[in-house]
Amino acid sequence: MTKLSKKKKAGPKAQTVPVMTGSEILVACLEREGVDAIFAYPGGASMEIHQALTRSKIRTVLPRHEQGGVFAAGGYARATGRAGVCMATSGPGATNLVTGIADAYMDSVPLVAITGQVVQSMIGKGGFQETDIYGMTLPVVKHSYLITDIKEIPRIVKEAFHIAQTGRPGPVLVDIPKNVQQARWQPEFPEEVHIRGYNPWKEATDAELNQILDLLGKSERPVLYVGGGIISGEASAELRKFVEVTGIPVTTTLMGCGAFPENDPLSLRWLGMHGAAYANWAVNGEYEQRHAVTEPMKLIAPGADLLLAMGVRFDDRVTGKVDQFCETGTIVHVDIDASEINKNKPAHLPIISDVKYALGRLLTLLKARPLTKKFSKWHQQVAAWKAKAPFGYIVTEEVMKSQHMKDHLNGREAEVILPQMAIEALYELTKGEAIITTGVGQHQMWSGQFYKFSHPRQFLTSAGLGAMGYGYPAALGAKVACPNRQVVDIDGDGSFLMNVQELATAHIEKINAKVIILNNQHLGMVMQWEDRFYKGNRGNTYLGDPDNRAQIYPDYVAVCRSFNVKSERVMYRSDLRAAIQRMLDADEPYVLDIIVPYTEHVLPFIPANRTVADMIWKL
Amino acid sequence: MRHTISVLVENKFGVLTRVAGLFSGRGYNIDTLNVAPTADPTASRMTIVTRGDEATLDQIVKQLNKLPDVMKVHDFREGEYVDRELVLVKVSVDSKTRTEVIQINDIFRGKVVDLQPESLTIELTGEESKIEKFLELMKGFGVLDLTRTGKVAMPRR
Repeated sequence: MTKLSKKKKAGPKAQTVPVMTGSEILVACLEREGVDAIFAYPGGASMEIHQALTRSKIRTVLPRHEQGGVFAAGGYARATGRAGVCMATSGPGATNLVTGIADAYMDSVPLVAITGQVVQSMIGKGGFQETDIYGMTLPVVKHSYLITDIKEIPRIVKEAFHIAQTGRPGPVLVDIPKNVQQARWQPEFPEEVHIRGYNPWKEATDAELNQILDLLGKSERPVLYVGGGIISGEASAELRKFVEVTGIPVTTTLMGCGAFPENDPLSLRWLGMHGAAYANWAVNGEYEQRHAVTEPMKLIAPGADLLLAMGVRFDDRVTGKVDQFCETGTIVHVDIDASEINKNKPAHLPIISDVKYALGRLLTLLKARPLTKKFSKWHQQVAAWKAKAPFGYIVTEEVMKSQHMKDHLNGREAEVILPQMAIEALYELTKGEAIITTGVGQHQMWSGQFYKFSHPRQFLTSAGLGAMGYGYPAALGAKVACPNRQVVDIDGDGSFLMNVQELATAHIEKINAKVIILNNQHLGMVMQWEDRFYKGNRGNTYLGDPDNRAQIYPDYVAVCRSFNVKSERVMYRSDLRAAIQRMLDADEPYVLDIIVPYTEHVLPFIPANRTVADMIWKL
Repeated sequence: MRHTISVLVENKFGVLTRVAGLFSGRGYNIDTLNVAPTADPTASRMTIVTRGDEATLDQIVKQLNKLPDVMKVHDFREGEYVDRELVLVKVSVDSKTRTEVIQINDIFRGKVVDLQPESLTIELTGEESKIEKFLELMKGFGVLDLTRTGKVAMPRR
């Protein structure tokens, strides 16, 4: 003992670190990275690490499916900006993570996914539960590791977190064979990361930024088009200040919702296929609605002459027919990722830069050469557009004629709950302050339209990949990260069912996340396309029981009861607000199954690869 | 448009797959690919020859730059680099044609590395155009087998 302590003093390296197993070293590395929660489902090849986790202060949340675990880690990361961490065993455990990893890749979410692997001597032999998860995930990771030596664990884990969280964030996979987990070594933990091929920091030059100001000086109709990069780059405050100083109207992508307060008069909300008509007009110009692509486009009022695109990637859901997107405007594209420049849409002024730096520096430069313009005419035009085509809804003839009306409401128009109404009520009752997660489909678009976001990291949605089943596990992850925030998953009946097993996680782990199911018994978005483009022919988009259409199927209240999760069904509009309030007030998980007609379509709607002139927007 | 891309990478497993994946994932074929260690044993240099439209190749180069295992990417323009390729070609010969083949070989400054009663194997190094010309000439005698290193390249400056 005395000898040992003398040794400790002699060398700074020796310290008090004992010999540890690979699993213990891995867990110690996670602790050093400040990980406070891991979403992990055990199995033969990862149980060693679970054993080590039982002796750690890290909270281990047991999802009921690995996909639930990785989506929860994604939700945690989107809500905080810190890497979400999930773990699964080899083989099927690992493959079940793939969708969540792809989601994080598409939406640039920092994620560290750890997978157990069979012992090294069994790799490549088709052993039980063996898959090449490293090879399988290559196209959807920012980086990945297969650890072959216990001595690499500290460096690799540190690198994994560094890569996941810096530059343009993304998922990193760490695959660790069971024999490495079981090996023993007295670890040394590196303090710094050095990766020769990885220099994520990018900074615009003043010359480049001054060019933006030059363009702004010549512009009459500028628009800021900002996206998830503002949120992951923590540049929201700079953006708000920049808009305050310049008076440029702002539209965001779906990923950018919350980057700029949507109640602000200069907010154009979000643009694209189901975005605000006025946002699409502001960027592209207002055209007479044409009814066939062969008809010429007739301009009513011109759109942006200068588009400041920041932290965006000109996604096809935003641009529609990309050649005609902002066709007459000068495009400035600022992004930290050089590969986004000219990828989908050529930029007149491409600038590779961290967007927080660029906006901050622009503000400084503006002090030296303040903008004299006020853009008042442009503001008037924008205000007129906003007044002309706000997001809205009406009880349509189709709703009145729907089966839901006959079967459940006796045709009483005053009792029907449109999905948009439920979201509006939730917005009001949460005062716009809740963290909202969603599945994918119509309800996701309506959530973006009828919940107005004021803060970054408030709207967590699988935007790029569009992974159904994302909403509830993501809500659980967000609630673990932000226990004092109200977290509500606005879901569809199709999406919710895809990860319904996570009700068990919510109940057992006491994660107080809420759910609103906008239950229309259909796969609504596909159905909408069937109505528009396939003469309403239903190709497997009905989710109810065809033998008993009047019954709501499945019975989510009964499902929730079996999980000991509180739930109620809401059929009538007169019950809606009180039910939402009960859900919000509950100090435990709570599911509202709100029955809505399936006949609603999401509007506005620019069909895929079409232009703003093809936008269907009149209710 | 044909491109010669030189990529300096970490000498680690999986790197080749990552690099190749950027091409295959976009439906692009790699014409030639050469990988070998550099003066620094922890680094390897890949020389990739590919063809495709400018926009896609620009995208591939940018994606290559994003890989943490990639240290440097150089998309060579005509004239700013030197390149060589090595081939081993087994040519069918008989007593009549053997001398002629050896004569042609001498003109191209190739090396006969193996001699069999009915064939001989030639090692030839040079620029692509020279190699192509030589192989064209050998076709007349009958090329039994052929293996090429693919282009290796280095910037002049």
